[in-house]
Amino acid sequence: MKADPGFYDHLPYAGRPKIRWPGDARVAFWVAPNIEFYELYPERNPSRAAWARPAPDVLNYAYRDYGNRAGFWRMFDAMNRCGMRGSVSLNVAMCEHHPEVIQACADRGWEFYSHGTYNTRYLFGLNEAQERAVIQDSIDTIRKYTGQKLDGWLAPALTYTDNTMDLIADMGLSYVCDLFHDDQPGPVKVKKGRLTSIPYSLEMNDVIVYNVNLVSPRRYGDILKRQFDRLYREGEESGTVMCIPLHPYLVGQPYRMAAFEEALDYITRHDKVWLATGREIAQYFNEHYYDAFAAAGQPIGAL
Amino acid sequence: MSMPDSYLQYPMRRYGMDHELYSWSPLPQRQPVTWPGGARIALWITVALEWFPLNMKGVPFKPPGAMVTAYPDLRHYTLRDYGNRVGVYRVAKALAQHGIPATAAVNAAVAARYPALIGHCGDWGWEVIANGLDMDHLHHAGLSREDEHQLVARTLETLRQASGQPVRGWLSPAKSQSPATLELLAEAGLDYCCDWVNDDMPYRMQAAGRELIAMPHPCDVDDYTILINNHHTEDDFRDALIDQFDLLYRETDSQGGRVMAVSLHPWVIGQPYRIGALEEALAHIMRHKGVWPATGSQILDAWRA
Repeated sequence: MKADPGFYDHLPYAGRPKIRWPGDARVAFWVAPNIEFYELYPERNPSRAAWARPAPDVLNYAYRDYGNRAGFWRMFDAMNRCGMRGSVSLNVAMCEHHPEVIQACADRGWEFYSHGTYNTRYLFGLNEAQERAVIQDSIDTIRKYTGQKLDGWLAPALTYTDNTMDLIADMGLSYVCDLFHDDQPGPVKVKKGRLTSIPYSLEMNDVIVYNVNLVSPRRYGDILKRQFDRLYREGEESGTVMCIPLHPYLVGQPYRMAAFEEALDYITRHDKVWLATGREIAQYFNEHYYDAFAAAGQPIGAL
Repeated sequence: MSMPDSYLQYPMRRYGMDHELYSWSPLPQRQPVTWPGGARIALWITVALEWFPLNMKGVPFKPPGAMVTAYPDLRHYTLRDYGNRVGVYRVAKALAQHGIPATAAVNAAVAARYPALIGHCGDWGWEVIANGLDMDHLHHAGLSREDEHQLVARTLETLRQASGQPVRGWLSPAKSQSPATLELLAEAGLDYCCDWVNDDMPYRMQAAGRELIAMPHPCDVDDYTILINNHHTEDDFRDALIDQFDLLYRETDSQGGRVMAVSLHPWVIGQPYRIGALEEALAHIMRHKGVWPATGSQILDAWRA
């Protein structure tokens, strides 16, 4: 086991190469709905239990299923009203289970990237061939159902092996959402390929906010606006990235929608904000800043 | 079943403390302290610069901020490291607006891994003190005295070399000590320790026949405690700092100079949506006359004088 994953050099926030986003935007803003399928009777992974209660965990299963049946459609409408495309963090088995959801997103020009196969199948303990099979499944399924090339990755339920980053880069993906060390994109060191970390955010993630930090909906709206205001201010000096990761079963509850939509409306009405997708941010960064950021990185010293 | 007789015997039942580490001393009965320039409040901002290894073992317990999931917990590793790359630069900017020098409590691993960051601490006029080797090397009773001595020596050597500073203070990771820690710190020539949260002012500790000053480094007026542990809002954090300051400031009318100590972790307070709370609290504090923003060593030297 490694003490340091070795994915990035040190690069202080002060004194970096300056980022200028398209249209002179200060913030590249993206919204990442996690469209997930949880299994009622998943295969067991020894590193993590899928459910808090013995199977069938009816309460927790149904709570998440609500997202696809009800919450998604409400979140989808709110995003459309704000002119915000989603970058779908997709459990790809959703394509078979609920193609209506996939079709609705595709019709609106949303991006699909991979969040594994099911949110109840973890990468912990997979050997290289098994992990490659999971990634290939994502590439093939997203291509088959949406016609899109898979570019991005957020590991299912944030579970990994030491190989994950090397494998997704090797298999042609260009960005990853699993690293939370920065408010700007940055190079990820991999054996082969070119991989960029795009800021996703746990702090703005409705799962963390609602299920871990236990905040109220209006407080969530307040947090989103505060985060945006600061990144917008700092983005005048050098472009920043803000992501709102969502889960329809949480944000799509009727009592939570108004505060979220108000914050989304507030953000998207700003003048100098680039309403982007994960792929667009990654492509732009890779073309214009990847090399400069890689060159500016400082090697990490040994203790 | 019954308990042994010793259970109802109290060999340390006496006036004062049940140990020899320091003397009993009620706060209101002490000689008033005078700060330089007649200041009422010595404002002591500490910034913990921490590195949590991805493969941490958490012996004998997981410190606050430790990894949570099965290996590799990239999520918590990177979110903690965020403080050293991004968050600390927001904190430094907020302090610089008021000319406040922080005291950085640094894991030796941070100094070794990120030389540029230690360089910046010097540029900002921050004092560097020790915060142990890293967040997976806790000081605890299970360590041999020799192993713990080596831990202290290696930490101080790394930090002194990296910072070029004398490194006079010590904060144990997670404020965890062994029975030998205070003696080892005193033997290493350290002047002050930040682990004990039993006072609002510096006081004298006795260890290895030497004097070691306890500095009032808080666990309550702390961004991790308030924002992460207690799930309070940014505005609550701001108000806690303001209310803490206002009361201490009033106390100086009758009780001499006070220390207002604030414990920060850049991976917590340095998030974009949180940093404004610190800025607002500092603006309130620094509007007052008689606030002396100082490092731990400056406060200690003034207190001793």
